Amino acid sequence: MLSLSNLAVARGGVTVLRDLTLSVQPGQALILRGPNGSGKTTLLRTLAGLQSPAEGSYDLPPDSVAYSAHADGLKSTLTVLENLAFWSRIYGGPPIDHALKALDLVQLTRRRAGELSAGQKRRLGLARLLVTGRPVWLLDEPTVSLDVASVAMFADMVRDHLKDGGLAVIATHVDLGLPEATVLDLDPHRARDIQSTGFDEAFA
Amino acid sequence: MSIWEYANPKKFMQTSAWALPWVVGLTIALLVTGLVWGFFFTPDDYKQGATVKIIYLHVPAAMMAINAWGMMLVTSLVWIVRRHHVSALAAKAAAPVGLTFTLIALVTGALWGQPMWGTWWAWDPRLTSFLILTLFYFGYMALWAAIEDPDTAADLTSILCLVGSVFALLSRYAVLFWNQGLHQGASLSMDEKENVADVFWLPLLVCIAGFILLFVTMVLLRTRTEIRSRRLKALLARERVA
Amino acid sequence: MKALLLRDLMLAFRSGGGFGLGLAFFFLLSVLVPLGVGPEGGMLGRIAPGVLWVGALLACLLSLDRIFALDHEDGSLDLLATAPIPLEAVVAVKALAHWLVTGLPLTLIAPGLAVLLNLPPAGYSWLVLSLFLGTPALSVIGAFGAAITVGLRRGGLLLSLLVLPLYVPTLVFGGEVVRRGAEGMALATPLALLGAISLGAAALLPFAAASAIRVNLR
Repeated sequence: MLSLSNLAVARGGVTVLRDLTLSVQPGQALILRGPNGSGKTTLLRTLAGLQSPAEGSYDLPPDSVAYSAHADGLKSTLTVLENLAFWSRIYGGPPIDHALKALDLVQLTRRRAGELSAGQKRRLGLARLLVTGRPVWLLDEPTVSLDVASVAMFADMVRDHLKDGGLAVIATHVDLGLPEATVLDLDPHRARDIQSTGFDEAFA
Repeated sequence: MSIWEYANPKKFMQTSAWALPWVVGLTIALLVTGLVWGFFFTPDDYKQGATVKIIYLHVPAAMMAINAWGMMLVTSLVWIVRRHHVSALAAKAAAPVGLTFTLIALVTGALWGQPMWGTWWAWDPRLTSFLILTLFYFGYMALWAAIEDPDTAADLTSILCLVGSVFALLSRYAVLFWNQGLHQGASLSMDEKENVADVFWLPLLVCIAGFILLFVTMVLLRTRTEIRSRRLKALLARERVA
Repeated sequence: MKALLLRDLMLAFRSGGGFGLGLAFFFLLSVLVPLGVGPEGGMLGRIAPGVLWVGALLACLLSLDRIFALDHEDGSLDLLATAPIPLEAVVAVKALAHWLVTGLPLTLIAPGLAVLLNLPPAGYSWLVLSLFLGTPALSVIGAFGAAITVGLRRGGLLLSLLVLPLYVPTLVFGGEVVRRGAEGMALATPLALLGAISLGAAALLPFAAASAIRVNLR
């Protein structure tokens, strides 16, 4: 499970979100809502361990996170299969057939990632989550450039993940049709004034 | 009361503002005394003539060129371990000063070497080491200048300073491999003739003390400027939001 | 980790460009130097050790910024940083991949280019051995420089400025081994030191590089 206590996150030394206290149980999804620049990406990057919290703390089981960013991390000269197989081996070799099927990539396996359409690339990026075998998904705008059918496909994938006892934190504007998801509006948590961390307060 | 209190910017600004006039005064006094004494009241060397007097600039500058890097290494470590911003800014402030000392040492050395060795420049281990030191200073300063976020810049320059120190030492020993050096062995090599030694020694010591204080003055001034510019940026950012 | 190494090698072969570029540069340099210096007897042979080492070093420098910059652009570096392999290992593996596609081929073609530069016959084996021992250090140090500059626009030029001073000891010892070898002098000490630099750099710099990447990603 994931729990935040009094978490504040900062971007470029400036706190953007604060007072986040909540917990997400296995089988639950948390949808982050908030306008651009409200700190959704910063929060997800903090939870992924790429940056440290400005204040407070969060708790996650070790080695449980799979993070999906705006960029899919695809290599355009490698084929769909090679891209996916690489990540599968990095995460210790979970099978990739299931992931290919879940996101309807089976016909594309021999295509180079550079020749895919934007939506197909995104689907490949999301398929990576399934080969990580990790229970906690942190997804940053996962539905960008997906069509309606693909969004439904993705929603099914998340639902299956939750059913298997996984959990997901998703920053998105689209309604995924996940009734079991809790929506967190980030607006009340935004840091209104510029509250710099540490140094600058010392002599201001 | 611990020494780390001075790492608080406010406390640092107060203390340095109080100390600065004294340090500046003492620097001027020591430098004037040492240089005048060295230039006008010491005998010419029987071999080197009046050119020997350049040591009063050359030796202290060369010492401080190395010590400045040492100080940057220490302050970088302090930043990495304790994350005191003043420490990182002091390292940033020291770099151009250290570079200037290095260049002074190189130029005065060349001026002295021309009449003495018959050449402006020789690939002597000691000279080469200083040339390499300038490269390290350049790289360090360029990295500070290239990164916008001040904390990121402080972190990366500190890492570079640590790694650079190791490689600077390695380079020093690497160039010793060329063995045939023109340069005198020790920095204070006048003690071959005991009777003359003291005459050159004492003013040289005064000059060295003067250069150390000159370095302290410069670093204090530049650190204060850095802190003020950080504060200015914070205030401007606050104003934009309000 | 093996997966990462294989991927990097595959990428280097498929994208072309970067891989052959270093070798072509090394070749061009070895042709241009004699043209500039002139064919006078003895002169070329005496400067050949230094020219070959400087050439290998500069050829290595050309492809350094690709070590992390491409992965940073397409987002893989973020994903690798959250993956189960430690970032230190990622750095080490990527440096190894860089060496396999630049340092090793440079070492292998160096004797051919040494012919162009009239390297004395006694120097050939030492040239290959010194490059074989020394180029890994160039790749690891370069990976460190690439890690420091990974988040920067126009990082390429800065990368050279940061890395070149760090290359000094490797260059000095490498050149010294070949020069002494060519003149038939004792060279055990510089050879041992060259190996020591490579091993030391490979053992320690991945940690510094990984911490630099973490700083750049946050």
